[in-house]
Amino acid sequence: MPTVAPLDLEGHVVAAHFLGDIPFFATAAGTIHRLDGGDKVTEAHQGLLTCIRDPHSASLLTGGEDGKILRIGADGSATLVAEAPRKWINVVAGGPQNAVAYAYGKSTFVKLADGTTKEFTEERSVEGLAFASKGMRVAAARYNGVTLHWVGTNGAPVDLEWKGAHTGVTFSPDGRFLVTMMQENALHGWKLDGKPGENRHMRMTGYPAKVKSLSWSPKGKWLASSGAPAAIVWPFSSKDGPMGKAPQELGTRANIMVTQVAFHPAEEVLAIGFIDGMILGVRLADGKEALLRRPGKGAISGMNWSANGKLIAFGSEAGDCGVIDISA
Amino acid sequence: MTETVAAKPIPVTVLTGYLGAGKTTLLNRILSESHGKKYAVIVNEFGEIGIDNDLIVESDEEIYEMNNGCVCCTVRGDLIRVVEGLMRRPGRFDGIIVETTGLADPVPVAQTFFMDDDVRAKTELDAVVALVDAKHLPLRLKDSREAEDQIAFADVVVINKTDLVSPEELAIIEDVVRAINPAARVYKTSRSGVDLARVLDQGAFNLERALENDPHFLDHDHEDHVCGPDCDHDHHHHGHDHHHHDHAHDHDHHHHDHDHHHEHGAMSPIHDVTVKSISLRGGEMNPERFFPWIQKITQAEGPNILRLKGIIAFKGDEERYVVQGVHMIVEGDHQRPWKDGEKRESRLVFIGRDLDFDKIEKSFLACQAVTTAA
Repeated sequence: MPTVAPLDLEGHVVAAHFLGDIPFFATAAGTIHRLDGGDKVTEAHQGLLTCIRDPHSASLLTGGEDGKILRIGADGSATLVAEAPRKWINVVAGGPQNAVAYAYGKSTFVKLADGTTKEFTEERSVEGLAFASKGMRVAAARYNGVTLHWVGTNGAPVDLEWKGAHTGVTFSPDGRFLVTMMQENALHGWKLDGKPGENRHMRMTGYPAKVKSLSWSPKGKWLASSGAPAAIVWPFSSKDGPMGKAPQELGTRANIMVTQVAFHPAEEVLAIGFIDGMILGVRLADGKEALLRRPGKGAISGMNWSANGKLIAFGSEAGDCGVIDISA
Repeated sequence: MTETVAAKPIPVTVLTGYLGAGKTTLLNRILSESHGKKYAVIVNEFGEIGIDNDLIVESDEEIYEMNNGCVCCTVRGDLIRVVEGLMRRPGRFDGIIVETTGLADPVPVAQTFFMDDDVRAKTELDAVVALVDAKHLPLRLKDSREAEDQIAFADVVVINKTDLVSPEELAIIEDVVRAINPAARVYKTSRSGVDLARVLDQGAFNLERALENDPHFLDHDHEDHVCGPDCDHDHHHHGHDHHHHDHAHDHDHHHHDHDHHHEHGAMSPIHDVTVKSISLRGGEMNPERFFPWIQKITQAEGPNILRLKGIIAFKGDEERYVVQGVHMIVEGDHQRPWKDGEKRESRLVFIGRDLDFDKIEKSFLACQAVTTAA
């Protein structure tokens, strides 16, 4: 039976991550709590809007209402990456060689390790950012599609068009697919390695609510999503991705919406966080469910596994956080 | 479900008006006067708001069409993001004010609060307030459709800068405003000096409160519908009102012999006005006819309907039913029991462009319950 070590914080928790075995919790107020032999607090922002785990380094990247973009080290130290006074920084992304992308208004900025900043402008506001897994390439989600920019070279940007507002973006781990979250209750995907003339679009629709959380399985064979009273898990193992295939529905509960999904770092096991604070662990192979946390005070708003796959850190909109030890 | 979900929705006031109409002055008053409430303000540019306040958020207007094939189903994408961020720390403020640019269409702003589930779950559109520059309104109406739309769409119209016009000019401006939007509450002021209690916390979109607060809703034959207590032009107020009613709102000759009231959009004293309104009045309605009718008319005419508001009496129903709409979005709910002696009649106002008023009226009256036929 898994054990839960609770941590009660004040207010909405935006994200929960691990750096090494240390869980980190970022609150909307702007504090970052690090559970390292007690609750250590970093006063990071005057209002925090986003906090992600940099996939390329052992650090977190944050953006705030104070216009700051910070890198948070494993020791809790906060380093200023960039600052845009009076702008809200809703979206950040971590790239290779310590590159950090952030956006406000119609511009994407990429701050490189040498201190230079590149700006890429779109016709509409940038809502989501992601770095490709290979090469210094950044994707900016916007109204009516996504634009891919090469950061290091002057290569022409590539526009991927699909009508509607795209609010978030992710590359598949193998780089073959790009998927966006949309303002309407849907995902949209593009096959990036398609031949000319081939249908490159993937429409993933039927959600009763907006999709706000996505997670790729360790080898990229599956993409799990929130936005329904079950985790919706799309198959991406074939060369055409989920086209013409139905998704799996895991952890189905009558009317209780899934708000967060997170795949185990090595196994095809999905942690599913619900709007009532419950967390289930579900194995894809047979759909077997395990209750990891009973319902709490608020919707699960952040959830991630430790690298060794033994711990899950979670936070909620009501501030009730914790660490689940599944090896106990 | 959980305690966080049940939190009271935060009221949102949308402030529209042309450049120079006095929005910044009004915002500065809201932010600096002691009224015991704190507001988060979403502006397009910090511009001249000389107040440093971490609850002022700059946001680039970003209009999104929804992918449902409906051209009037638009929302403000940037507001969805900002409101989501603000609502993660709701304890900081009592309400949200959205200031739009002078040329902005107020409709996507308002629709954001109906069409986005997350925004709708946590906030509640309180009222759309339009500031009008008394001096420059005639020119604005010539220039642009937006100036007219802003008035047509408003719940509250504040005619500002009244000190810059003569009483006669002001009377014409009031007539124009009334002709464009007979359902709005209208106040006259200078230097944006309107009583903030007339602007904030109006509950204009709240089905329970909207019509309760305004006993004269949909009526056109009352004096106090125009001008507030803060009006500094009382010396000609009275005389003006007579002019006003005679000119624009005395449509008794339109009364038909059966019990309904029909107004083909009051004539505006200034040309260039393309928005018209129709006030319908009928007896008790048959719900099996009325609901398909309002559905059909809002589907078919949605793009041309800016606002609709009404109180419906259903045959055999002990409670008043209130409806309101924005383009294709229609909401309705029971409001309160009919009072003893209260006349059970149905009233509905449409404000829009290119609407076939005769057809709307005929089809509306056809929804009456048969026994009340004239």
